[in-house]
Amino acid sequence: MARVPVHPGLFELDGGTLRLVGGYSPSSGRFHFPSAPVCPYTGADDVEEVTLPEQGRLWSWTAVNAAPPGYSGPAPYGFGVVELENGLRVVGRLTEPDPGALSKGQPMRVVPEEIGTDEDGRAVVTWAFAPSAGEG
Amino acid sequence: MADVGVQIAGVGMHPFGRFDKDVTTIGVEAVRAALAEAGHPPIDAAFCGTAYGGVASGHKVLGALGLTGPPIVDVEAGCASGGAALELAAVALAAGRFESVLVFGIEKMPKGVIRSSFFDPWQEQAGLTPAPAYFALRARRLMIDTGITKEDLAAVVVKNRRHGVENPDAMFRKKVSIAEVLESRLVCDPLHLFMLCSPNEGAAAVVLRAGEGGVRLRSAVLRSHLPGSVLSEATPMAGDDEGVTPPSALAAAEAYERAGIAPADLDVVECQDTDAARELLSWQELGLCEPGEQPKILAGGHFALGGRLPVNPSGGLLSKGEPLGASALGQVVEVVRQLRGECGARQVEGARVGLSHTIGRGANACVVILSR
Repeated sequence: MARVPVHPGLFELDGGTLRLVGGYSPSSGRFHFPSAPVCPYTGADDVEEVTLPEQGRLWSWTAVNAAPPGYSGPAPYGFGVVELENGLRVVGRLTEPDPGALSKGQPMRVVPEEIGTDEDGRAVVTWAFAPSAGEG
Repeated sequence: MADVGVQIAGVGMHPFGRFDKDVTTIGVEAVRAALAEAGHPPIDAAFCGTAYGGVASGHKVLGALGLTGPPIVDVEAGCASGGAALELAAVALAAGRFESVLVFGIEKMPKGVIRSSFFDPWQEQAGLTPAPAYFALRARRLMIDTGITKEDLAAVVVKNRRHGVENPDAMFRKKVSIAEVLESRLVCDPLHLFMLCSPNEGAAAVVLRAGEGGVRLRSAVLRSHLPGSVLSEATPMAGDDEGVTPPSALAAAEAYERAGIAPADLDVVECQDTDAARELLSWQELGLCEPGEQPKILAGGHFALGGRLPVNPSGGLLSKGEPLGASALGQVVEVVRQLRGECGARQVEGARVGLSHTIGRGANACVVILSR
């Protein structure tokens, strides 16, 4: 099935892999996500788009048990923050919807997740974090 | 602002809950009560806090009262809207621009999980917007960082709901037990339904006047967030630094300094408790305790009515519910009534100095200090 990102510019999709696209400001030395026209920490306009590390560790997590307004994808779904290998903490869906199955600091990796179909029948894809057993 | 002499001339409330009337009518009742207490002074300006009211909400309330003519400005700062309105009024009075200013907050919230224009449509589509989920992530981190347990979170609800029994303006007026809180529906682990405030309807109003005597506004400070914290109320998609000072701490530090007091001087506090963990964070951000001290304080009942520093004697938002634009001023009304000794069974005996605190989307925090 053809796939379409939930929003342009957030990530690169290549087959089964997804890479988040963030911003890096050489003058501040800091990363952010999603990439913004200026560095959110200093206002510097030297932001370069970079792909962010695929691996990280689980920093906080929960599950959303009922679909919130404006959302028509599957529920319940996992929701959390993963600290990437470059220190940036990113909010995202988790592929594991049971909070009891997750633990602090466990290795996670970013993956594509389908959250529905658009009017042309294409799968709508967003980023999510999945436990990556045995790594890290 | 500590020495300008701003006094509270009158306060008024419309109870928080669900009502079969429009937001203008709800606002009129609160404003009319506050003006009556103040002796119907000529109003030089009005600031109205609201997030969901729509265009010229404050104007409609004053129009219904035949009080248009002076400037009427709606103020939106998420959950801190009413506090932001109060700060603007206080600054205008301090500058000598006005003699009497009306500040009020009104709201009639949609039911259920709050839908916010703060987010882009794709964020809703991706499931990245529910406020209770962000509250839950913050609660989990608080538990990891400090050893606070789910039972401690439930104990906050037990405390506030017990206080709320005595507040006729509250939505929920029944005591709950730890077990009942933990048996309520799991919304976003670790947060259960009773640990989350309910969006609802209501209004609160305050008339400020230049002058001395009665309850005085010692400081009203609004501060926004510094970027970095991924779980701040600014709700970013990413952040790289949890060490930044949160806006509540920035606002509190400035408010204490302007008022010339320290946390130890406080007799009563109304703080943001949109969820149970938020209240425990507020304690440390306002300097009421050290991080990690919360379980001991809860167990000792130190911040309950009858303890050394009652926090949320009104029952908090966990009992009152949260009409966004009105909630901050609802806290101010409670502190004013506490300082006047009007609170009956929930009265903090001999209260002379009080603080109220809210923090809203966009991460504006407001801290107000009052004394008599």
